[in-house]
Amino acid sequence: MLRYIIRRLLWVIVLLIIVSMVTFVIFYAFPSADPAVLRAGRSPSPALIAHIRHTLGLDQPIYVQYWRYLENIILHFNFGYSYQFSLPVTKLIFQRLPATISLTVGAVVVWLLVGLPVGMISAIRRRTVLDRATMTATLVAISAPVYWLGLMSLLLVSNDIGVVHIFDGAGTYTGLTADPGRWFGSLILPWLVLATAFAAFYARLLRSNLIETMSEDYIRTARAKGLPEREVILRHGVRSAITPIVTVLGIDIGTLLGGAVLTEYVFNIPGVGRLAYEGIINADLPVIQGTVLFGAFFIVIANLIVDVAYAFLDPRVRY
Amino acid sequence: MTDGPLLKVEDLRVYFDTEDGVVHAVDGVSYSVDTGKTLGIVGESGSGKTVSSLTTLGLTRLQGATVTGRIHFEGRDLVGLPDRELRRLRGNDIAMIFQDPLSSLHPFYKVGHQLVEAIRTHRNVSKSAARKRAIDLLELVGIPDPQRRADEYPHEFSGGMRQRAMIAMALSNEPKLLIADEPTTALDVTVQAQILALLQDLQDRLGMAIIIITHDLGVVAEITDEICVMYSGRIVERASTDQIFDAPEHPYTWGLLKSIPRLDRPRNEDLVPIAGRPPSLIMRPSGCFFHPRCPYVQKRHRTVDPELAPVPDDSHHQVACLLDSSVRRKIWNGLQAGRDPTSLRELAGPGLPSRAPAVAAPIASGTRPGGLRAP
Repeated sequence: MLRYIIRRLLWVIVLLIIVSMVTFVIFYAFPSADPAVLRAGRSPSPALIAHIRHTLGLDQPIYVQYWRYLENIILHFNFGYSYQFSLPVTKLIFQRLPATISLTVGAVVVWLLVGLPVGMISAIRRRTVLDRATMTATLVAISAPVYWLGLMSLLLVSNDIGVVHIFDGAGTYTGLTADPGRWFGSLILPWLVLATAFAAFYARLLRSNLIETMSEDYIRTARAKGLPEREVILRHGVRSAITPIVTVLGIDIGTLLGGAVLTEYVFNIPGVGRLAYEGIINADLPVIQGTVLFGAFFIVIANLIVDVAYAFLDPRVRY
Repeated sequence: MTDGPLLKVEDLRVYFDTEDGVVHAVDGVSYSVDTGKTLGIVGESGSGKTVSSLTTLGLTRLQGATVTGRIHFEGRDLVGLPDRELRRLRGNDIAMIFQDPLSSLHPFYKVGHQLVEAIRTHRNVSKSAARKRAIDLLELVGIPDPQRRADEYPHEFSGGMRQRAMIAMALSNEPKLLIADEPTTALDVTVQAQILALLQDLQDRLGMAIIIITHDLGVVAEITDEICVMYSGRIVERASTDQIFDAPEHPYTWGLLKSIPRLDRPRNEDLVPIAGRPPSLIMRPSGCFFHPRCPYVQKRHRTVDPELAPVPDDSHHQVACLLDSSVRRKIWNGLQAGRDPTSLRELAGPGLPSRAPAVAAPIASGTRPGGLRAP
């Protein structure tokens, strides 16, 4: 087990290096804008642009730039300085992290609380009107893009531009430590919007898993024991059907911690996803690199945690 | 407790209404088993043998089956009993073990835990008392080092040990009736014998009734008192085990007997498979359900549905066949002498005028099913 984890961690490093290389190459192969020009202000002289380019190290060959970048990370844990904010990328990311964590954790809670019971009931009441109705609803929910759903919800229920003024809308994000009440109020809408597609997906996933599990031989054994149906479903059925969901959940959480770009953008939440978006818009290479690496890191670590957790959830799995 | 058999099934019918039509899984089956006795139910897959026993436990209801007839257990009719009351019988008075012990045990729970659950479902005992009993049960079924094995998962057990654990679980609450559905099919041949011996030993010690469901007559030969041969949801022959092996009366039973290798027969004797496939339970054949596969089919057999009736000189031996009893005995004697069914066909009568019955050509001499050369 320990050997397995160590081996996987070494792979994480290799993977992150590859990711950073790819990001570098993409940035230079498909430039969104010239960072030096962006920083030079209105109608700059070529000399100024060249000067800025030199200061940022952009006049070096790409492999030298990349090597310096890696060197700084490994020797100083320095992910470079943002072109636009002139601040260390690590500092920017850690500043933005609480908002992203708030958004992710809340959404996860919402979608598990909604998705799992819905999936379970649908599986048990399979082929009933209730089942068909919820499954149709989940299909709609999965198909609705987050930006559309987000904007619609703002138009309908936000307290500024909404038809009905219920929830705080975009641009009101407040830190948890600053004002817990406002923090909660400003995140309800983003949580619901972000959780919608996930809840629907998890409901469908649990439903199909549970239906499959309920036809297993050991379910028949549980019934033959004389267990009440409720226990047959919960202790024997759901216990098995939930394990694949844990896998997906781990990876989803990892992905979202890397930044829920669309949700953060629609609701103007100052999270990592929004930082990444700003980085891309402003050709802010260090920020792009940092957020991409950071997101990749969360995803691979989440994968690792999921795989390790699986060994505890399913005793047949050993590493 | 009332007099009479422990379990008496009368005219049991189980139908499943599916999109393709009504599946007549069990179609008017009657049998009984006494305390301390063993009944074998034999038939191909799809003959309704498993459904009839699952129905005894009330487990086909959940699948939307329509059940009619009577299942008397200790004088109570289980058909129509509310599920709450059936649940008290399940795993308590009537226990069941299944074909594949690996898939029948929950992969995520320790074996001991699964036994404890079975015990505590019906008995109000502490966890530690239940665990102690679980370990005793594992020891009873011959699992070495039960204290340690109780804390292992099913996948850490061997096939035979798993089935022993299943049996231990079934015995948790000292059932009066144990239904074993293909208990040895998934096991190695050597382990099969051990499990059967274990079942018999446990029956001697605990005095329960056993119903063994199998497709393999060889399995039930040693341990059953009576055998019901099922075909297409019905019992086609019912007799004592000795009668089934010595003087079977139904062509299907002959087919079953002739398709199992036997050590007491000459080594070069051909195995005779039963031609064709079991009929659909939705669109069933007319007349005798077995007629499309019967080598001795006559014109009349395509329209007349035979009833299960006693053979002339033995009221305990019942058979559902339209052939005359004397003809059946001649054919069986011929089969015993090693002749193949085709050569005995004229004994039954002129056969079908229009077309030859769907009998597979006798397997080429020296070749056994599966293409293996005879030794």
